[in-house]
Amino acid sequence: MRTADVVVIGGGIHGCATALHLAMRGLKPILVEKDYAGRHASGVNAGGVRQLARDLAEIPLSISSMALWEHIEELVGDDCGFESHGTVLVAENETELASFRARVEDLRLRGFTHEELIDRAELKRLVPAVADHCPGGVVSRRDGAADPFRTTQAFRRRAIEKGAEVLEGVTVTGLSKVGVNWRVETSAGPIEAPKIVNAAGAWADRIAAMLGEPVPLTVVAPMLMVTSRVAPFIQPVVILRGRKLSFKQLGNGTVVIGGGHLATPHRDRNETVIDWDKLAISARTVWELFPAMRAATIVRAWAGIEAFMPDGIPVVGPSSTSEGIYHQFGFSTHGFQLGPGTGAMMAELVATGSTNTPIDGLGIDRFSQRKDPSLRSG
Amino acid sequence: MTKASDLAPSYDLVVIGGGPAGLAAAALAARAGLTTVLFDENPGVGGQIYRAITFSPVKDRAVLGEDYWAGAELAAEAKASGALIVTGATVWSLDPTRLVGVSIAGQARLIEAKRVIIATGSLERPFPVPGWTLPGVMSAGGAQTVLKAQGLVPNGKTVLAGGGPLMWLLAAQILRAGGKIDAVLDTTPRKNWLRALAHLPDFVLSPYFAKGLKLLREVRAKVRVIRVDRLEAVGDDKLREVVFGKGDNERRMPADLLLLHQGVVPNVNLALAAGVAHAWNERQLCFEPVLDEDFNSSVPGISVAGDGAGIAGGTAAAERGRIAAIAAVRALKPEASVPDLQIVRQKLQREAMGRAFLDWLNRPADSFRQPEGDTIVCRCEEVTARQVRDTADLGCEGPNQMKAFLRCGMGPCQGRLRGLTVTELIAAQRGTTPAEVGYYRLRPPVKPITLSELASLPIAEAERKAVER
Amino acid sequence: MFKRLAETGAAVAITVDGRQIAARAGDTVAAALIAAGIDHCRTTPVSGAPRAPYCLMGVCFECLVTVDGVGSRQGCLVPVRDGMAVETQTGKREAGR
Repeated sequence: MRTADVVVIGGGIHGCATALHLAMRGLKPILVEKDYAGRHASGVNAGGVRQLARDLAEIPLSISSMALWEHIEELVGDDCGFESHGTVLVAENETELASFRARVEDLRLRGFTHEELIDRAELKRLVPAVADHCPGGVVSRRDGAADPFRTTQAFRRRAIEKGAEVLEGVTVTGLSKVGVNWRVETSAGPIEAPKIVNAAGAWADRIAAMLGEPVPLTVVAPMLMVTSRVAPFIQPVVILRGRKLSFKQLGNGTVVIGGGHLATPHRDRNETVIDWDKLAISARTVWELFPAMRAATIVRAWAGIEAFMPDGIPVVGPSSTSEGIYHQFGFSTHGFQLGPGTGAMMAELVATGSTNTPIDGLGIDRFSQRKDPSLRSG
Repeated sequence: MTKASDLAPSYDLVVIGGGPAGLAAAALAARAGLTTVLFDENPGVGGQIYRAITFSPVKDRAVLGEDYWAGAELAAEAKASGALIVTGATVWSLDPTRLVGVSIAGQARLIEAKRVIIATGSLERPFPVPGWTLPGVMSAGGAQTVLKAQGLVPNGKTVLAGGGPLMWLLAAQILRAGGKIDAVLDTTPRKNWLRALAHLPDFVLSPYFAKGLKLLREVRAKVRVIRVDRLEAVGDDKLREVVFGKGDNERRMPADLLLLHQGVVPNVNLALAAGVAHAWNERQLCFEPVLDEDFNSSVPGISVAGDGAGIAGGTAAAERGRIAAIAAVRALKPEASVPDLQIVRQKLQREAMGRAFLDWLNRPADSFRQPEGDTIVCRCEEVTARQVRDTADLGCEGPNQMKAFLRCGMGPCQGRLRGLTVTELIAAQRGTTPAEVGYYRLRPPVKPITLSELASLPIAEAERKAVER
Repeated sequence: MFKRLAETGAAVAITVDGRQIAARAGDTVAAALIAAGIDHCRTTPVSGAPRAPYCLMGVCFECLVTVDGVGSRQGCLVPVRDGMAVETQTGKREAGR
């Protein structure tokens, strides 16, 4: 029988990053992935590396991740296609701009300075192609973008180099306690380890359910589309608030358009069905915001399968029911940037029992606590 | 001209592709009373085999041959059947719920279909030789298209290279039209006879035998035929000469036009994007959809007919289209009268005679399917054979993973002209089989659409409400 | 490279990069370019290499041209029309031209 110090379930960027950081701490992790690393959301997301517009509870993880992103090649031996040209949240009217101003002020009072309000002139300087109706926005200048599949693969490769074992095409079928260890039943035989990290993304609720710890996870598949190569015309990633849009041009000239319109996911078949009516909404948004894009051709649309939590923020931290189990899932369509830092934090938590990175508000117990007490007693 | 706005929101049957399979299917289904629409992206129906059948300027019937003109009847039947036939209509999406995305003259629509028959036919197998991206190098099928549709015939220094029935047919057609061919370079390995021989008796009895011999004689009488195992197109900004050889012998021949052909393979992109299961065909060295005897695919309500279901030729394609259409009629309108299925099946069976011999005999050599070195594999992204092989060596197990490293398959052609090459190269490099390596997961749109076209989709009810609120 | 068998179709006047060429009714843009002896229709966005129509049946995307201002149209699928303005494409040329 295989034994390990930690079994990491899920080969997305989170599972791979956690496996790498565990191995760097001298532990022996075995990562179990049902398909191949980066097959789903981690490999096919928009690649945004964004601190901008994050929930307060995520900001510490986002900031620690950013520090790792800026030295990603030293960490994983591959530049991961990471480029930093900032993210700009564009306001489409004065009301939006006013709410952005309030947010930036609030962050400043809390000691966070990565978001910066910009006026119309600075917006035009950063994003000359933007339509004239936009009065300003917010920029996070250190933000950027990376190649998601390449990044996930780089974490996987480096984790293996540092001593992690990665089992791909292997499914977890059961979890049980055997003495001080957890026994992980898999399609490739059992593995025993004292600790388990559940980084199973859209399938993480099934792992949690095996532990008697149900979570209200929704399976979603945010859609993306990409154009053929276009003459370079924009550097930062652009996002909107009032309408769903994320927009960026890659170094090779192609433009990736996303923003959170959802496809229909079929997680048991690893399949998604594109919703063209919704992508047409994205197309109309781009049509208005970037008139220069009107004749661009869309060459592909796709969607990755991932987990969305009711409050839109991830589940990170120890299980509330089972000793030795840790959760790292539910990143609700914005987990890619958080991968490196969350992996480091999780490895620290698993290895030492505590972490200096604040993860308050991200625990799994927030769902059981919110239950109606009358239902609970019944 | 049918406009996008003329289309109904739903049809009993949507037929995609107006070649023999699509025309036959649409005619039969419409006559049985199914509301039927046929979309074809070309300016006219006929597909590749009957390209421009309704408007070809080639009036001398001997040039293209009677097998070509047989298509006129199919086109006329489809037109008379009551099916709505829309040319210039690009289908860019088909999903497992049978929602069809189509664009006509820059306007896009989503059409619901109770049944779909994919009849997207075949395309020429990629023929990646050094220099095949140079202007002046063209696919033989391309030359045949402009002959049929525009009456254009090669008249410079022309070399035809490759193998398979279509190459010989094109050579004969060019010669009959008064065009010029300086040489035919036959790349078919002689050792193919070993495997083909077992199927010779069947072939001799088939109609292909007499036709094939006649074609070969016709071409050989007028053109030098040279057997080669190496081929290269050489030029700076365009083709200047063709370099070829066998064994140690190397020859060069000045050329304006090099026409390449090594058989055809199913055009699987739309079926793959719709989620249809596919399998590797080792005899024909290509992926083809997994289908039942009525040509139903693994996705309910979607069938694949014609050469897209596996290469069997134009006459078989029409019979396959009829079988698929009968299945659609039986599912939707069981009381309607349809032709006797058994008779159609028998006709189809007769068409299969002799194919095994042709397949084994014309199987392209490994060296012409699995290039080396700096030969470009991915024409869109200009990725070389060496890059693909090196990336496979690094541990890249499949074409999907490779996209992230080389962008190979991410250009506008979506792997149509290289998918098989990449799969075979990865298999060769990793010591496994193409079946094991698999093919691209195809993402819609299967044909690029402009942002404006996508934006032109009628605004869905939900969005309108959201805006009003 | 190619000659016309019979000039049956009616003449259609189109321009390619501003130059008049004589096309025929029934031509696609790609066929008209070939008939006019235009030996390449674009340069690639990756290396700038010249390319010409290859498959003529809508699968290879080599014959991409700008037609009446819309970039990257498949020339082999677009029938010619009187007064049509075709532009050959050089390199990274599409939106924001």
